[in-house]
Amino acid sequence: MKQASILCGASLTDLYRQWAGDYPKFFKMDTLSKLGFLLAEMLVHDEPERFTFREDRAVLVFSREGCVANDRNYARSMQDFPSPALFVYTLPNIVSGEISIRNKWGGESSAFVLESYDEAQIWEIVRQAFQDSRTKSAFVAWIDCPADENYVTNAWLVDKTDLF
Amino acid sequence: MTKVYCLGCGVVTPVGNTPAGVYEAVRKGKSAFRMYEGWPEPYYASLLERGDFEEASFFDHILLQASRAAVADAGIDITGPRVGLVLSSIKGNVEKIDSEDVSLAVSASRLARALGVMTAPIVVSNACISGLAALLQGIRMIRSGAYDHVLVAGAEVQSRFIVTGFQSLKALSLNPCTPFDAGRDGLNLGEAAAAMLLSSCPFEASSCHSERSEESLWELVDGAVRNDANHISGPSRMGEGSYNALRVVLDSVKPEELAFVNVHGTATRYNDQMEAIALNRAGMQEVPVNALKGTFGHTMGAAGILESIVSMQACDTGVVLPTKGFSTMGVEPAVSVSARERKTDKKAFVKLLSGFGGVNGALLFRKGGGR
Repeated sequence: MKQASILCGASLTDLYRQWAGDYPKFFKMDTLSKLGFLLAEMLVHDEPERFTFREDRAVLVFSREGCVANDRNYARSMQDFPSPALFVYTLPNIVSGEISIRNKWGGESSAFVLESYDEAQIWEIVRQAFQDSRTKSAFVAWIDCPADENYVTNAWLVDKTDLF
Repeated sequence: MTKVYCLGCGVVTPVGNTPAGVYEAVRKGKSAFRMYEGWPEPYYASLLERGDFEEASFFDHILLQASRAAVADAGIDITGPRVGLVLSSIKGNVEKIDSEDVSLAVSASRLARALGVMTAPIVVSNACISGLAALLQGIRMIRSGAYDHVLVAGAEVQSRFIVTGFQSLKALSLNPCTPFDAGRDGLNLGEAAAAMLLSSCPFEASSCHSERSEESLWELVDGAVRNDANHISGPSRMGEGSYNALRVVLDSVKPEELAFVNVHGTATRYNDQMEAIALNRAGMQEVPVNALKGTFGHTMGAAGILESIVSMQACDTGVVLPTKGFSTMGVEPAVSVSARERKTDKKAFVKLLSGFGGVNGALLFRKGGGR
């Protein structure tokens, strides 16, 4: 199992240059998606056969606040001219989608909202996700981002054999 | 593998508040669409009557109403330590954006407290497949061995936030939506709540269900969530995620055993075309297909649960419901969609959904303990 995190206050642009650098769509993402994208880059950058379509890896993202930071950004735009570019990020699972798209992971992708950061509950749900017979590994992340400048992250890359 | 059954259902919709009543309304072609004043653009939608509602949250209110109905229908006690709660919604109380109440976690906690559920609730917020993904989560929780029963409840209320967002994407039709039709030009938004009580112990029920038998119950057999890995707001042209989700359920059923596939069928150009491609790739082009968005509109977080409940009712009476709004085949390759009610003697169906973030889900329902 591998683990990664991003400390609140880090420059996400610097991290992007360090870990990716070749994916300008990054700059269109909301903070939640940027964090998820970077955490995945940090965990899989040295994997062989990257960017080959695979269905055996799940993307499971957990939080308490979902996408509320970007919801506020959209709600502000809505008063004036509703922004479709902001609206498409007003779903907690877009971060899972961005990670799936970047990495060509066609397996399960899901977003869960929990009452609080509870590792026991997170790993219970992750173990349950491996009931999908085709899932062999998972990118798991707690990304709680109540505001664009205020977030907590913790991410893992886990194989089925690590858990069972 | 542990079998998971549906023991009870609850619904709150603009066309009825019982599963049987809603089913009859669908059969009679009823709907509750009308034009509403917008911000400033008007929109055509199927919304619930607020009446003189004065409580803090209409979303929390309908969620609790549907949940209580499902628990009452199942006739079991859900206050034990082996009962779970899964909530499905996309935007919950988003109109309360400046308050703590906006968090789906807060709604889930309130619902758990109101129902007496002792375990920590889980919210599945997976765009338009949330309801289906929440049912799948409920199945997995029971199969993990840690839960006997899981209540899965979903709801969506419409708001300036959602309406203006879909308008900004030019995804809404100002007319009744027409799934799979050549003239389809977008979706209609809808409001609803729906809940299902899932259980591995169908016979541990109250005396009012003494007639219950394995043959009389719907089983949620298996399902899958798959990503297109293509685009966050447009479906894969090859229906990659839907096709891959369907492949998983086809491990447990042959296409010819299916009464129908109840599809997403939002009536946007891209969604319906994508589903037609996925169904054809999966060898399901002969299976009857129907969509219920012409009755309810797109009820988002409630859709997967609500449309599954109506589909169980239809299959119980040997009916493949018509696709309201459809008249001329508008997808290529074609699928077996019809504006007329059809008959079936089959006792299994697949629920199919897709959503933003590239997510797709398929779930197999089967009656009568087959296989």
